[in-house]
Amino acid sequence: MSLESRPAAADDDADGSGGRSDAASPVGAAADGAETVGRHAADAAPIVAGDLTKRYDDTLVFDGLDLRVAPGEVCCLLGPSGCGKTTLLHLLAGLEEPTDGRVEIDGEAVTGPDYRWGVVFQDPLLYPWLSVRENVEIGPRLRGETPDADHVDELLELVGLDGVADADTSDLSGGMAQRASLARTLANDPDVLLLDEPFSALDQLTKMELQDELLRIVDELGVTAVFVTHDIDEAVYLGDRVAIMGPVPAGIEHVERIDSETRSRDDEAFLAERAATFERLEAVGLE
Amino acid sequence: MATRDKRRYGSELLGETDRLLPAVGLLVGLAVWWTVTALGSGIITNFAPAATFAVLAELVVSPEFYDHVFVSLYRFAVALGLCLAVGLPVGVVVGYFAAAERATTVLFQFMRMISPLAWFPIAIIVFGVGTRSAVFVMFMAGLWPIVLNTAHGIGTIDDDWITVGESLGGDTRALLRRVVVPAVIPDMLTGIRLSIGILWIILVPAEMLGVNTGLGYLILDARDRFSYAEIPAIMLVIGFIGFWLDLSVRRLHARWNWG
Repeated sequence: MSLESRPAAADDDADGSGGRSDAASPVGAAADGAETVGRHAADAAPIVAGDLTKRYDDTLVFDGLDLRVAPGEVCCLLGPSGCGKTTLLHLLAGLEEPTDGRVEIDGEAVTGPDYRWGVVFQDPLLYPWLSVRENVEIGPRLRGETPDADHVDELLELVGLDGVADADTSDLSGGMAQRASLARTLANDPDVLLLDEPFSALDQLTKMELQDELLRIVDELGVTAVFVTHDIDEAVYLGDRVAIMGPVPAGIEHVERIDSETRSRDDEAFLAERAATFERLEAVGLE
Repeated sequence: MATRDKRRYGSELLGETDRLLPAVGLLVGLAVWWTVTALGSGIITNFAPAATFAVLAELVVSPEFYDHVFVSLYRFAVALGLCLAVGLPVGVVVGYFAAAERATTVLFQFMRMISPLAWFPIAIIVFGVGTRSAVFVMFMAGLWPIVLNTAHGIGTIDDDWITVGESLGGDTRALLRRVVVPAVIPDMLTGIRLSIGILWIILVPAEMLGVNTGLGYLILDARDRFSYAEIPAIMLVIGFIGFWLDLSVRRLHARWNWG
């Protein structure tokens, strides 16, 4: 379990930006999508949501919402229960249809679920009739492909489950099950990773451990990620940017840019960023 | 108050003696049987354990007896096969389409409550005396648990499992094969287990009514031949086979039950 500061991504300075602007992006958008981010990866896919509106019968969840996630960026959607952050993630994942507006991933319109935009759910939702390994293999199998055994081995090692590959899913702890769930999504080689409060049911230590591992994995694979959470610490620790959502139908009220070079759980500069985010949350009326 | 693990009465006896307890139960049953026949007088003494086991020893080395056993098992297997062939697809359709469930629930619950033996006169008139009538009556009894449990299983699949499968890139066919069917197998096995129990129980009266072979027939035949001790002996065989059938499907169920 590592509590110390996480090293900045190696290519951070290669893009010449020399750290990024401290100024928060305008509400709901980093309009300059070409802006590079800490974990910039050349082959990662951008996510662009434009003018998104979602309405359930009488309830307007949000209206004309814009969101851009740069390639290789980790964007956290932060907000209280019922603010529509999970709905927004479902729209990005094609699990629900927007009432209006559109979502594009890597320039392609999202019209339904697809293995290229992988989702990690709040519950691990492993298939209990399959072993851990078979669960990780299920993505390729569902697509009619034979899973690559070496790739599956690598993934199991990546999430630290290589020792329990043949175990039943019922023998896994909550943290291990969520690791398996992450590996299962990664086995499809998704372009983007959409995570819906994946660690919210875990105890604090396991949660911190998995946060570190997720950052390591995202760095290693260079995927773009959207991470939904209601936990300020989690959002500030994981995100390159934190999009703060207000009560429905406010949508994204503010986007806080996080300096991931000082990413740490106890660094002073980082705690200041956490405090700033907290103030923003209060400002949009969440507390 | 007992601690949680001691709360079941006598649980402290379990453990090493655990494996002996079923045998104790059997011995108590045997003792009750012996007592009833020993204390009674008249015709009931014919059914005493000693006489029964003597006849049983003769039966199990008699080839003709096995002919009856096999024909009973054959009828059982045919009826079970029909129940599976009809019950599983019907259950899947009823479970999958809400309209089909609405349309059939009342009908099925109604049909289920009609004693399968009530079908017997109709079966005899339509199919004539013979195996077909017996199988039809068994089929009418064993069908419902398979249909109802399969439908229930399909209807209660965790929706999120389907969502996960879709987001991992599965199309409808792949989802059906790799998610829906495996997810429903425990419910199917529950239905099959209930069905097997019912089929084996209904087999005996079915064979008493319309055929002149099989274990059910043999019981009536023993009575007509006044070889009374043969009756409990055949009953023991019926019980033994039924127990074994249930045990095997229970094992299968345990392997597929992820709780």
